[in-house]
Amino acid sequence: MSAFEVEHLAACITAHAWNADRSRVALCPNNNEIHIYAKQGTSWVCEHVLAEHDQVVTSIDWAPKTNRILSSSQDRNAYVWTFKDGQWKPVLVLLRINRAATHVKWSPQENKFAVASGAKLVCICFFEEEHDWWASNHIKKHKSTVLKVDWHPNNLLLATASSDYKVRVFDAYVKKADGRVQRPYGEVAFGTPIFEFDQCASWVHALKWSPTGNQLGFSSHDSQLAVADFATNPPTVDKIKLRTLPLTDLLFATENSIVGVGHNTSPILVTKQGSGWTLQGDLDTGSGSAASDNTSARNLFQNKVDLGESKVDVKLPTVHQNCITNIVSYKQTGGAVSDFSTSGLDGNIVIWKVKPLETKSKLKFL
Amino acid sequence: MSSAQVPYFNCIRTTLTAALCLENFASQIVERHNKPEVEVKTSKELLLNPIVIARNKQEKVLIESSINSVRISVSIKKSDEIEVILAKKFVRFLVQRAENFIILRRKPVEGYDISFLVTNFHTESMFKHKLVDFIIQFMEDIDKEVSELKITLNARARIVASEYLKVYA
Repeated sequence: MSAFEVEHLAACITAHAWNADRSRVALCPNNNEIHIYAKQGTSWVCEHVLAEHDQVVTSIDWAPKTNRILSSSQDRNAYVWTFKDGQWKPVLVLLRINRAATHVKWSPQENKFAVASGAKLVCICFFEEEHDWWASNHIKKHKSTVLKVDWHPNNLLLATASSDYKVRVFDAYVKKADGRVQRPYGEVAFGTPIFEFDQCASWVHALKWSPTGNQLGFSSHDSQLAVADFATNPPTVDKIKLRTLPLTDLLFATENSIVGVGHNTSPILVTKQGSGWTLQGDLDTGSGSAASDNTSARNLFQNKVDLGESKVDVKLPTVHQNCITNIVSYKQTGGAVSDFSTSGLDGNIVIWKVKPLETKSKLKFL
Repeated sequence: MSSAQVPYFNCIRTTLTAALCLENFASQIVERHNKPEVEVKTSKELLLNPIVIARNKQEKVLIESSINSVRISVSIKKSDEIEVILAKKFVRFLVQRAENFIILRRKPVEGYDISFLVTNFHTESMFKHKLVDFIIQFMEDIDKEVSELKITLNARARIVASEYLKVYA
């Protein structure tokens, strides 16, 4: 059994999202459209093209329970797409922002969602029954573009990553959507950060809550990965410096293992042993073996003979040939991620299988 | 490439690989625009510290990075006045054909001979390792080209002079 499956679906993919049963994938081929591919037999067929945005789509999220697609674009808009009579129908969200929308995320209960934006704020959007539209509340307090957002599993806390080098945690309680609920940090005023992490020395590209919500991992452009542990108040932060290029997205495979992807074209594994996090290494060890070295040396001389050039057309040994921008959980068994998918600027969507990957890379998920 | 230049080019290669980690980033100043932040310089927090890699006083590279673009400026070796003129003419020739080089900037940064502007759109459509290779190759070639031009120029001057002075021989 191979450790991964590669599917080349576009020249360049900026975002991808799966539906609940993983039979369809929505992706943006680096333009204003969203393509929905369905698996038919062994090949992927483009079923729908959603073209409502008029600038590049920055993020897509597919709600598993309610089967709605949420998309955001640099044209300042976000749409909620619902599937009706064989067609995807868009509904514009009243974001009230005047800069690009950079990232979207459904809350775990799918009754509201967050939209990050270049207007230095985050919109918490909820459905207003009486007006039949998606309205939004603004969380300001950011000093630069908000690059990523992520919901805590309790449906209330929201973490934001910004290019002002900070990670913030907010209470995104909306009375109209949530009703009466117990809030984890009491009656915090809407839009005031509960925690602010300034451990990063550059733009924070990625952040994710762990499955239990007790830990928050984030990584920044200075190739640092930090994990905040919320068991204590204030949270304790464990930082590790990576030797590789910066990470652009993270995934908690289990509570104690993080898979990070980024500019390095190979996913990396970071695990928690005891109390500290340590880098385990590259998961994509590549096809680099003695045999391929021989052939590349041969190609080099062949090229010299044929073309009078000593340069060979070098292909990277990793599966992805360019920066990886997204990592999504594909399949879960027993609370742990057993398969995950990545997409990147090379236009490949790769589905990685944890078990064969462990044996191939000789690393262990914890 | 002479072996003395190898560490210089290796250093540039490693720095460029790290610098070319770009993402699509819409302007947070102008609505619905997407500008190279390294050129507009409107948001201070989106710029990184510029780096100069110098081999000697003349041969140096300036790498300025930002969240969605990198500007690379090269100063080439000019050991005498002839090389100054040749380098100037040669660079002018290239810059006039800037579209063909895609990442070449029409006007060099002050104090440098030639500049490149790489944006996230370039790293999306081209492989990063190839882009780095191209810039290094370009720098190697320009040095070679200028010294070759100088040799042909000197050879021509010698022939002209000897032809001219034959009359008096």
